[in-house]
Amino acid sequence: MRIALAEDHFLLRDGLIRLLGAHGHEVVAAVDNGTELLDALVERRPDVAVVDVRLPPTFTDEGLRAVLAARERVPDLPVLLLSQYVEPLYARELLAGGGRGVGYLLKDRVTNGGHFLDAIRRVAEGGTAMDPEVISKLLLRKERDVAVGSLSEREREVLEWVAQGRSNAGIAQGLFISEKAVAKHIGNIFTKLGLLPTDGDNRRVLAVLAYLDQ
Amino acid sequence: MDRTTQLGVNHAPDEIRGFSVAAGLVGLRRVMSLCWMASAAFGRSLAVSGAIWLVGPGLGVVPRAMEGVRNLAARRRELALRWSGVEIPGPPGPPPPAPEGASWPAARYRWIMSDPQTRREWVWVLVDPLAGALLAFFPLALILSGVWGVFLAFFGVPLSVEWDGLWYQFIPVEGQATAVLAGVLGVLQLPLALWVAPRAVRRHALYTRSMLAPSESELMAGRIQHLATTRSEAVDTQMAEIRRIERDLHDGAQARLVAMGMTLDAAEHRLESDPEAVRALLAEARESSSKALEELRDLVRGIHPPVLADRGLADAVRALAMVCPVRTEVHVDLPGRPEMPVESAAYFAISEILTNVAKHSGADRAWIDLRYDRGMLRITVTDDGQGGADVSRGTGLRGIERRLATFDGVLAVNSPVNGPTMVTMELPCVLPSPKTTSS
Repeated sequence: MRIALAEDHFLLRDGLIRLLGAHGHEVVAAVDNGTELLDALVERRPDVAVVDVRLPPTFTDEGLRAVLAARERVPDLPVLLLSQYVEPLYARELLAGGGRGVGYLLKDRVTNGGHFLDAIRRVAEGGTAMDPEVISKLLLRKERDVAVGSLSEREREVLEWVAQGRSNAGIAQGLFISEKAVAKHIGNIFTKLGLLPTDGDNRRVLAVLAYLDQ
Repeated sequence: MDRTTQLGVNHAPDEIRGFSVAAGLVGLRRVMSLCWMASAAFGRSLAVSGAIWLVGPGLGVVPRAMEGVRNLAARRRELALRWSGVEIPGPPGPPPPAPEGASWPAARYRWIMSDPQTRREWVWVLVDPLAGALLAFFPLALILSGVWGVFLAFFGVPLSVEWDGLWYQFIPVEGQATAVLAGVLGVLQLPLALWVAPRAVRRHALYTRSMLAPSESELMAGRIQHLATTRSEAVDTQMAEIRRIERDLHDGAQARLVAMGMTLDAAEHRLESDPEAVRALLAEARESSSKALEELRDLVRGIHPPVLADRGLADAVRALAMVCPVRTEVHVDLPGRPEMPVESAAYFAISEILTNVAKHSGADRAWIDLRYDRGMLRITVTDDGQGGADVSRGTGLRGIERRLATFDGVLAVNSPVNGPTMVTMELPCVLPSPKTTSS
């Protein structure tokens, strides 16, 4: 895979390049600020961009803003945000554009190489990869929403995994239930959230949006 | 809230122009209450004087008597502002505490006189039954005299005979003609009374201000006192915060990193002999590292939340609302970002209030309103919960109040039992011109 990397911290950038290289990925651009990132994303068109939220020159949400600007010009450009902290507000902004091929993970997740590379792959394929911490934070308010509140315990659990971007097989494995049961739960979730079959494959993302953006 | 006294507030009192019957009638009603209050002041002045000279239980009675005077003065300040737009600054500070063992009248007298505000109020309460009452009674006297004139127009002649000569003001009532003249004069006094009444109310307010307003230097002293208190509270809060951070680092992340080092050391020693155990140790080390990171993250969030640093107050509050268990709506009307310390104080105050709402209020919904208006950041947090929140009981609310006081901000809680709770905060600040985002 061709990967563009934006990380201002030298040690982390170096480590990421090495980690990705070791797994046979090509880092086509490694930048340390938002302005160069936007140019790199638009010109190089990587398969996926791995971006730190906080970047120079402003050291605020420069990375996120560069990514959102890039996705305006290159729709559905796969982006995986990495940050020292996860902020539901940013997750929502990232998903607002349609939510295909986006991910948002805590930086610590890179210490588990397998998970991290799996997340990159899912995002590159147009899926989502949300950090469990975002999901669990938003889960706090589950009861206040009627639609999400009407889900059963199990369905909510399944939706949480869907929100993280797992496939049916992955969810089945994680929850120790059959893939068929997962499919049935997901079907129920779609019905309860009022998502029609005509919405197509995007329904998984729409369900996550319904979940995140009440 | 009357906690911060402002210097140099001199509202131009509304000048009264022209003549209106309605305004006159309102004025008459007001001077009547002012007369009534003058009689109340007389009662209070007796109480205070009595308490001072009472040997024995006097000491216990004096503060209570003075409190009555202070309440009366507060009521008069309120009326002066409401009726005449005359603003009278309140006492710059609370009265000094009762001295030990001041059982003799002289000592109690000295104690009362030691606080300029108490002294002023004492003089006022002695003078008001006379001066205030005269000022307020004047329009009423005109009415009474007017009625008397009209009465004389009808019954003046026989009365004059019976009383052996009778004067109405400067008119000797001797026959029908002078009696009618007295009547005309009396009738003319009625509109005069209506004209005078609102002016008398305003005069009365100005007189009250001259009696009760603290001097500039006293206000300044009160202001300095306030600043000293808030500064020392700010220093204390900051010190407590630093201690908390130090403790959190020491007991948390630091300890975990040490444990991690030891685990790695153990792993290193067993590398050859027991590879299986090494795997478990390494997993443990990784667990420690992610726990340490988690703790550092929480710590950072408690010092200065990243989203606040990134996006400012408006988005930080929206982010708070997103994760609040109670469904919360946010309305923001801010033309720019306040200075960082103010922003941070406002953020933590809102965060604390939302936590209270989620924990104690039993509310289903909450509304946050942020706006900036003439140098004041106004924040309102309302919920539809069961109410009954009390600043004096909740340490959280008291803490917010202290935090805001550092910036001369105030907190007001309106929370009737069963009713909705509304917390209002005001923070004076300046907003720079709107920040241009580089995107």
